[in-house]
Amino acid sequence: MADEVLFEFFHMEIVGQFLQSARKDEKESAFTKLEFLGYRVGQRLVERFTKEVPRFKDELDTMKFICKDLWTSCYKKQIDNLRTNHQGVYVLQDNKFRLLTQISEGKQYMEYAPQFLAFPCGLIRGALSNLGIASNVTAEVSAMPACKFQIQIQRL
Amino acid sequence: MSRQTVRSGDPRKVSAELFTLTYGALVSQLVKDYENVDEVNKQLDKLGYNMGIRLIEDFLARSNVGRCHDLRETADVIAKVGFKMFLGIVPTVSNWSPSGDEFSLLLDNNPLTDFVELPEGQSNLEYSSILCGVLRGALEMVQMEVNVWFVQDQLKGDNTTEIRVKFIRRLEDAVPVGED
Repeated sequence: MADEVLFEFFHMEIVGQFLQSARKDEKESAFTKLEFLGYRVGQRLVERFTKEVPRFKDELDTMKFICKDLWTSCYKKQIDNLRTNHQGVYVLQDNKFRLLTQISEGKQYMEYAPQFLAFPCGLIRGALSNLGIASNVTAEVSAMPACKFQIQIQRL
Repeated sequence: MSRQTVRSGDPRKVSAELFTLTYGALVSQLVKDYENVDEVNKQLDKLGYNMGIRLIEDFLARSNVGRCHDLRETADVIAKVGFKMFLGIVPTVSNWSPSGDEFSLLLDNNPLTDFVELPEGQSNLEYSSILCGVLRGALEMVQMEVNVWFVQDQLKGDNTTEIRVKFIRRLEDAVPVGED
């Protein structure tokens, strides 16, 4: 089954649809919507995914789950590098992020990268929130298709 | 290590769920955004159309199917190769019109609606109309103009999900202006 291709095409079209329906000055709102869409999907996905899984030991263990299991099922590969400052900041680096590989290689279309990363950012945030971790997730690209997701844990 | 194998589940299933859940989230977002249900149906169909015109290339590259000689063959390929490849289901082709230009695809289960229940008051929503768009877009790229619509939908309490496809005409290759 080639459903991963289906998802890739689908994601591209959602991005296009949201950006098109937003007026020029409201590009931000399209990003917010995409992020929120990802958030809800992440929440639901992780709930189904962790149904029969033992409890996570700690925050780092949860992060490893995101990097390995969740990433593999959603994007067909693991996160290449996970770093943390042990104070609530985690950086997930993917050298060949699936949703960017079809878009561009290199630096030419850098300005378009953020729109394809809003959904995955939301997905991470949603997954974490349903595992009991409130966070902020941002993405950063230096050359497509590599990208970094920065997770900032919100302590209450 | 043993713990990790427990966790992984079936990655294939999860990735299908990723699509299903994302689609559901999109539909509910559009319903919120547009208020008018007809407009939502139209947007979903358009999204599918845009996907279809790209998906067909991937389909042809992957499936290795040759040229179809008549609509019956096309219908078979759509059901047995296309649907199987992308959604993992094989709809039944049936209800041919006497003139042979119209057929139905019967879906026993529709992966798009796996976790879905339509709330009351949404009876006009064509939840899966993205499928119509995909078929229309994909067939247009192989020079066939078709109309595609839902006749029955399990979501609305029907016994089966039926997608009707009507062949309109063969599109001629459009030659760009200034070229022979």
